[in-house]
Order: sequence, then structure tokens, then C-alpha cells
Amino acid sequence: MDKKFANLVSSVVPLPIENIDTDQIIPARFLKATTRDGFGENLFRDWRFDENNEPKAGFVLNNETYKGKILVAGKNFGCGSSREHAAWAIGDFGFKVVVSSFFADIFKNNALNNFILPVQVSEDFLAKIFRAVEKVPTTAIEVNLEEQFIEIKATGEKEQFDINPYKKTCLLNGYDDIDYLLSLRNEIEAYETTRPFNF
Amino acid sequence: MGNTLFDKIWDGHIVASRSGHPDAVYINTHFIHEVTSPQAFEGLRKRGVPVFRPGKTRATADHNVPTLDQHLPIKEALSRKQVEMLTANTAEFGVELYGLGHPYQGIVHVIGPELGITLPGMTIVCGDSHTSTHGAFGAVAFGIGTSEVEQVLATQCILQYKPRRMRITVNGQLKKGVVSKDIILYIISKISAAGGTGYFVEYAGEAIRSLSMEARMTICNMSIEMGARGGLIAPDETTFEYIKGREFAPKGEDWEKSLAYWKTLRTDDDAVFDAELVFDAADIEPQITYGTNPGMGMGVTGNIPALAEIEEKEQLSFSKSLQYMDLQPGSQLLGKKVDYVFIGSCTNSRIEDLRMVAEFVKGKKKSDDVTVWIVPGSKQVEAQAIAEGIDKIFEAAGFQLRQPGCSACLAMNEDKIPAGKYCVATSNRNFEGRQGPNARTFLASPLTAAAAAITGKVTDVRAMI
Repeated sequence: MDKKFANLVSSVVPLPIENIDTDQIIPARFLKATTRDGFGENLFRDWRFDENNEPKAGFVLNNETYKGKILVAGKNFGCGSSREHAAWAIGDFGFKVVVSSFFADIFKNNALNNFILPVQVSEDFLAKIFRAVEKVPTTAIEVNLEEQFIEIKATGEKEQFDINPYKKTCLLNGYDDIDYLLSLRNEIEAYETTRPFNF
Repeated sequence: MGNTLFDKIWDGHIVASRSGHPDAVYINTHFIHEVTSPQAFEGLRKRGVPVFRPGKTRATADHNVPTLDQHLPIKEALSRKQVEMLTANTAEFGVELYGLGHPYQGIVHVIGPELGITLPGMTIVCGDSHTSTHGAFGAVAFGIGTSEVEQVLATQCILQYKPRRMRITVNGQLKKGVVSKDIILYIISKISAAGGTGYFVEYAGEAIRSLSMEARMTICNMSIEMGARGGLIAPDETTFEYIKGREFAPKGEDWEKSLAYWKTLRTDDDAVFDAELVFDAADIEPQITYGTNPGMGMGVTGNIPALAEIEEKEQLSFSKSLQYMDLQPGSQLLGKKVDYVFIGSCTNSRIEDLRMVAEFVKGKKKSDDVTVWIVPGSKQVEAQAIAEGIDKIFEAAGFQLRQPGCSACLAMNEDKIPAGKYCVATSNRNFEGRQGPNARTFLASPLTAAAAAITGKVTDVRAMI
């Protein structure tokens, strides 16, 4: 996994559907691997392929016109199951950023833990991106984590986005949560002595 | 200003809270299963780190186990490999496993409570979004991803932002034929599949208070289906009565000390929530979903919304959903032909669910056109059902009582609803393909599901009781 997050300018893959759940991102029958690799093959499996495993012509990932490192989706992206395989599939397919107007909590954590940046934008800005891409499919979008903005290059339309400062540092430097938690060992052991029962 | 129950438990478990960092929260109980743990154990191996507190993690195999012939080796190679890997990983790292063949095996969110592992005041996590189930005991319980499973294995802590607080109060009493599943489906249909995102929910009010522990678990279980991080209910005599005497529950003097503490676990009268919602139980009729997220639900006698009733920017998703379900906007579901009925999952597979169904179907026969699968939540539920003769009632009705596991809730094993078929399911998700590629799911209560099994159609159970 390429851990450090680098700012990027890329065309996007638009998926203007709301409430995309993690069962769509990676169906349960593909959760049987015991490593983190190879899930990209089955990203959006049942939207991408028919029952004979032939690509479905109407689906955006099968359309050569749309490619890039940024997935742009409708609101409440990543709802449902906590499966981190969804983030693994998105990362393995080659996406570095997911843009939506609203993310489900667990998916957001899972994405960040895999150095995929969830960029939450306003409904308005999301609509602007979809419109820009509809007009020009190769529309370039810049995502700048250091300065926390997203910009439609052709029009210069720009919006700031929020990210927790700790997570930002993790992404920019490739640190993960376990490194930090392991450093708290003394505090954890001290805490345990204060609790006579396991609750 | 007082504190909410959620604040009391969360704040009492913060090990370290450094400026700019999320809270490091201590976890009392960690459940793991075969699907979301292998990569976490692999991570430990790569780091050369042991499991920090192996006694606080319990494992079971549930997600892709077969529900027939569990004494035989698992046929499906990849499922077998995952289950074998759980056995190997738990042995290597010293974690207790209730695997296939063990009398405690079952769905992770069924066995924790029934074994007395789940207790009030605990923090509980599992690599499964329905971990919110355990909140029914007044615990802070939530689902996590595999990287977080690794955090907990390595440090017994998790890094987490504190969610906001929401209280959902359901006043009054439920009407005949309306059960706890209907309450939660009703709430989700009112606030949408994202209405609780960012929140931890406390359920309160007379209608919640009067529920059994099993029924409370059904409510808390589906908190995630409105996007909430978790849901909890303050413990009371019903809770304590349920826990007392269970296998791993505190005993003797420990019980008395625990009980004294648990009785303090309630939201202060002057505590303030970030959001408050109030519903009236009398407004709730038996519920059913018509779409492809749990927010797309309605009373069983209702009509699917017409396209004009849907906000313009949501129309594309709405139409896509109904197209998948092959249903018309504005139409009724009542009388719609059903092919399968699935009674099971961490939402509705407990002994009380099976008793409810058995009492209803006693002396009735299923429709010839419907296949009915009853999948108990655990070996203990299965044994209890057999001891009570419930298995005989199901057999006489033409229902198949299978063996414990997650089964057709997510169709990771062989229990798949065929493409294009309609299934009334007591599980928690009606997502596209959830019960099998192109399967179509109507979520409902065990009673409504049982009624559909008898008539072969979507039915208002109130007319049959």
C-alpha cells in the first residue's frame, strides 16, 4: 500500500447515485480472501458485470471515457456493513480520493485508515462537479490535502474541506493509528488498574 | 448540566485524550469472526506484536458457515479456508474460540448476550456493523473495520472521535401485531438511512422500556441502518433479570457489586442531547420495506411513494431502486407474491423470535409456493427450540429449521435467494444483491414474515391474529 497521500490533479469517475452501500462496493461473496490485496477486481462487481461475468455497457467503470484517481458519488456514500474490504477495493482499483456530500461514519474511518481521502463537499459543489463532468468527461479536479481544498480546474470553482488535523498528519506522513496506540502502553496499563471489573 | 448515559460510559473509558488526537478508548470486550479478522492477525504478525489482552477477545464462526450438515467439512473452499484460519489464528494468539461444533457457537451478536459476556457499562466492538446490538444492555457497542480490529488486538484500545448524542423516545404502547422490529423499521423510514449518521442514539420511552431484552436487541441492532454509530438502552430490572445466572455473568459478591454500579447507569434528568426525536407507538403499524435501503419502508398497508413525492435530486436513486425491485411507484405491496421467507440473522433469530413465530404458525401450513428457512442465532437457541418442541411446530408447518449462522442475511454461504425472487426477511438489509445476486428483499418483523409464509403473499398479520 502506498501510504503517504500526495496532492493530485486527476479526471474523475462520476457515480451520481445516493446511499451507495458497501454491499454494492464489494458484495459479501467476495469477502473470502484472507489478505488485503486483489479486491479491486470485484469493485462494484454486480453493477460492473452481468451474471455471465460480461461487463455491463451502461456502467461508468466500463466506460473508457471516465477514468482517474477520484471517485465522485452521491450522498451517504459507504453506508451499511463495516467491511473494510470496501476501502481496500476502492484503493486497489486505483482511487486515492472519494468525493461525496456525505459519508457513512465507518466507511470514512476505514478509508482514512487505508490512506484514501474522503472529501466531503457541499451538495452544491457536488452538483457542480457532476455538471462539469457531464459537459467535459475529462474534467480535471485538484485535491490538495495540505491546503484542504478541492478545485474544478477548468472553471476555477473551489471549495475548502474539513479533515481532522491528526488524520491529516497521518495521511501526509504515512503514519497509522496503531503506531500511536502502541506508544500509549503505559497509560493503558495505568487505566486498567483503576477498573476492578471489566466494564 | 448532567450527563447522558452514553457520555458516562464513553468518558469513563478514555485512556488518553491528547490535543488534536481522537480519544483513545479502552475496550472491555472485543468479538471477532472469520471474515473481518484474518488481515488483522496478519498485521500483528508483520509488526511482531502479540494480542495485548487475549482474554478480552472472543471468537466465533458465523458469517459464512453452512446452515445444514455442520458436522461435515465446509464444502466451499474459500469459506472453509477462512474458518480454518480463524481456528489457527485464535490458537496462535491465545484467543477463545466458539467454532463450528462448539455448544456456544452462533451469530456473534446472539452469543455475546446469551453467554453473559455482554454487560451494562461495557465498551464493546467487533468487525461487524451490527455490534450496536449489544447496546440493548446499556453498553457502548459499535462496529469497526479490520484496521481497527488490529488496533484492539494490539492495544485493547481504539482511536475514535466521540459521536454526538441523539435520544429517540417512543411513547405509549404498541398495538396488536406490532413488535419491536416494526418500531425500528418505522423510525428508520421516518429519518432515512442516513438520519442518524454521526450520532450515538439512546432509545427511551414507555414503548422501549416495556420490551424484553430480545426485543431491545432488535432495536439497537438496526441503529446502524439509520447511519448511527450505535444505539443503547439504559439497563433496568429487565436487563438484570436477563443477565443473572448466565455463564460468564458476575456471580456472588461480584454480582452484588456489579449490580450496584449498573443501577447508576442512566441519563441524568438535566442532560442535553444534540438531537431529540419523539414518536408515538400508537402510530406504528406492521412495517415492510419496498426499496433497496432500510429507509425505504412503510406500513404494510401503505403505498410506495409516487415519483412526484420524491425530491427531484433523489429521483434517480429512487427509480433505480424500484427498477431493481421490479415495483411500480405509487403501488401497494399488500398481496404481492412472495417466493422465500427468511427468519434469522442477528436482528431476529433469538429464542423469543422463534417462539413468536411458532405460536403464530401452530396448526397452520405454509403456502406451497414459498420456501421457508428458519435459521436460529446460536447452538443454544437451536437446542432451546428443540427442547420446547418448536422444531416440531415448524416441521408441521413446512418450515425448515436450519443450523446457526448469518445465512441468507448476507448470503456468504450457500443460503442465497435466487435472482429475481422476492424474500420477506427478518434480517436488517435490503441492499441490492444482499441476499444473493439480483435477489429482492422485503424487510419485516418475524410475525409479518410468518404471515407471508402462510399466505404466500405480503400480508397484514393483524388480520390473522
